[in-house]
Amino acid sequence: MIGASKIKQYSNVLEKPLSKGKQEVSLSAFAFLFSELVQYNQTQVDNIAELERRLEDAGYAVGARCLELLCHREKCVMFMPFWLSQGNRRETRLLGILSFVHSTVWKVLFGKVADSLEKGTEHEDEYMISEKELLVNRFISIPKDMGTFNCGAFVAGIVRGVLDSAGFPAVVTAHFVPMEGQQRPRTTILIKFAEEVLRREARLG
Amino acid sequence: MATTASFIIVSRNDIPIYEAEVGSATKREDAAQLHQFVLHAALDIVQDLAWTTSAMFLKNIDRFNDLVVSVYVTADKSVRCITLKAFSIRYFLDIFKHTRLMLLHDSRNDDGIKSFFQEVHELYIKVLLNPLYLPGARIASSHFDTKVRALARKYL
Repeated sequence: MIGASKIKQYSNVLEKPLSKGKQEVSLSAFAFLFSELVQYNQTQVDNIAELERRLEDAGYAVGARCLELLCHREKCVMFMPFWLSQGNRRETRLLGILSFVHSTVWKVLFGKVADSLEKGTEHEDEYMISEKELLVNRFISIPKDMGTFNCGAFVAGIVRGVLDSAGFPAVVTAHFVPMEGQQRPRTTILIKFAEEVLRREARLG
Repeated sequence: MATTASFIIVSRNDIPIYEAEVGSATKREDAAQLHQFVLHAALDIVQDLAWTTSAMFLKNIDRFNDLVVSVYVTADKSVRCITLKAFSIRYFLDIFKHTRLMLLHDSRNDDGIKSFFQEVHELYIKVLLNPLYLPGARIASSHFDTKVRALARKYL
């Protein structure tokens, strides 16, 4: 390599420290990458449902890794008192994991907490995370003939990955919710938990 | 000090994705099977305990003769256990399982074991972050193996 390099070279990825990582990533780079992802999947599928499923699967892989990494980073915060950082904490309750997704995951991924977290009124097992405009949708416009397709399926996949890995299997979908007085509709991530999650919650009291 | 210790990482389908004998004592031929059996028998207990506490390190959950099982449950519900024997019949109250780290040992070194688990947990996260690694697949990396054994020598 030309030039003096002060960066320590690690021979293997396992020896690299699991640090805080970069706090900022280029938005345009991400938008470009995401648009390529969507376009690539578009060429591979015939219908909208399949496209949504593929985006969700892509997000699922991200979510599974996100959960472990964030739990680990939360424990390793420098200014926490020594005794507090000793015991790792993982989420065992429903509200715990939901607020973890709503604040911590959103903050790390999108730079801010989600706009709101609501419990569904019709069904016991439904929760909704709303966002005025999802970061992934910012540079995307859906043509009329694609109907209700929402690229937020990627984010729904991330949420599903986090919940599934944490032990709360759920069906997660992204929907547009039109708001009066605003041009662009609000996006809602709808989380519907599996039967066993509610049973376990009831049992844990 | 000669210690027997057997270390297994169990995925959420109860399939071991990594196993190693990390003790410093001489091995008998049937020791490996015995250790594996004990570790698997302890899985039921882990299953029940995992949902009652939000801590990750579950100390001595099971005993067999002079061997003790200690378990560390990760956030994505991977279990790591240190084995000790226990026979018990449990009903599955939850089908969902975490990934677990399990260690079977005969010493009483709780702090050392906890640090060992935390370090291996970090290694596991690094393996998991690989986008080409399928969660739940066997960890076949020799680097990982070397590092786990080095950690075992250091902490156990």
